[in-house]
Amino acid sequence: MNYNWDWAVFFKSTGIGEEIYLHWFMSGLLWTLALSLCGWLIALLLGSLLGTMRTLPNRWLAGIGSAYVSLFRNVPLLVQLFVWYFLIPDILPESMQTWLKQDLSPEVSGFLIVTLCLGLFTAARVCEQVRTGIEALPRGQRQAAAALGLTTAQTYRRVLLPQAFRIVIPPLTSEFLNIIKNSSVASLVGLMELLAQTKQTGEFTANLFEAFTMATLIYFTVNMGVMFTMSRLERKLRVPGLIALGGK
Amino acid sequence: MEFNSLIDALPALLEGLQVTLKLMVMAVMGGIVIGTMLALFRLSNNRILSLSASVYVGYFRSIPLLLVISWFYFLVPMIIEWMTGKPEPVGPFISSLVAFTMFEAAYYCEILRAGIQSIPKGQVSAAYALGMNYRQTMRLVILPQAFRKMAPLLLQQSIILFQDTALVYAVGLMDFLNTARSRGDITGELPLFLLSAGAVYFVISFTASRVVMHLQKKLAIAQAH
Repeated sequence: MNYNWDWAVFFKSTGIGEEIYLHWFMSGLLWTLALSLCGWLIALLLGSLLGTMRTLPNRWLAGIGSAYVSLFRNVPLLVQLFVWYFLIPDILPESMQTWLKQDLSPEVSGFLIVTLCLGLFTAARVCEQVRTGIEALPRGQRQAAAALGLTTAQTYRRVLLPQAFRIVIPPLTSEFLNIIKNSSVASLVGLMELLAQTKQTGEFTANLFEAFTMATLIYFTVNMGVMFTMSRLERKLRVPGLIALGGK
Repeated sequence: MEFNSLIDALPALLEGLQVTLKLMVMAVMGGIVIGTMLALFRLSNNRILSLSASVYVGYFRSIPLLLVISWFYFLVPMIIEWMTGKPEPVGPFISSLVAFTMFEAAYYCEILRAGIQSIPKGQVSAAYALGMNYRQTMRLVILPQAFRKMAPLLLQQSIILFQDTALVYAVGLMDFLNTARSRGDITGELPLFLLSAGAVYFVISFTASRVVMHLQKKLAIAQAH
């Protein structure tokens, strides 16, 4: 097998100024994290709203929530990305088109589109988790709130949501890990996130094996970091008295 | 919009759909076989087996599928060359199939592990009391029940796999989505082709998840009795 192993490849110069290949990975990681975090913000806000809507007595609102989930969960992420990336910009109003296509650099406009796509895709998943969390609460909670004279809005804000959010931390953590992994699709529309930088390093140096190993290690480390942080957060916010969470 | 271009492209699209379905079915079968083995390893008393299975699962679950697909595209030919001693172009289908099978096996493993663990211990004791050995106990008593219990989750995972096959775009395999996209580019009808492809994915996944939901309800009733 003619393969030249070279684990020091990451410290070699890319030929551009002082830059070494490790810098490419770092910049890729930053793009990946930026995409995931911004996408997550959209997903969390929209997903919580939709998840709450699905549990409301109002049929219309619940229907909108479930239609959204059906649509965004049954179309592959890549199809959604292509629609956002290739089709949606062309049907925007003239002024927004100029802004997106000319005023912004391709990097930034690509970033915005992928973030939106990831956010809306993940929102459907967050929605289901939030809904499950609300539905998992004992019925007495809602009834007690009603008996105390709280309105529906107050019941959600003061009673249901604070508890639901605390019990859905573990599934939301895995959705967050998913959005980090899913952000790699950005490489398919030319955004230089971690996977794209990995491929580029592999092509430039012909050390594909080392490059992919490095990417794996980085994803693995990020994963571990997120899980560690979230399990600490979960322990801190645990609802006392619930068996599932190990309370007394 | 020119619907004629869509009709002209129909044979190519069907061929692409065939590639997608073939990839999915083969990866599901391979993934479940390897996943079952991994689940048994993870639950085995042999420390080395259970540790290596959990490293496998942890590894594949923490990296993006797209990374695995791209990596295997280059790795699979390398391994084959190393094993057989001569370079052999394997093409994107085989390398994607290996990638999907190995990746999904980690997810199937976790589902099956939960399934096996949900079977009451008395079942194992009863099988041993009847004189069965470990293999017989697993094959005839535990696994059939675990599979039955986990059927909805296994199917759900397979629907996810079906959608994920679109990612083979990364290695240029002409699956359903990639065919639709390239035909759309050629004819200048990209919106029509992309939206139609999306609709096909939607209908298949939506119908399949409805079936799974129905199955889940039936199983829940059967278990309640």
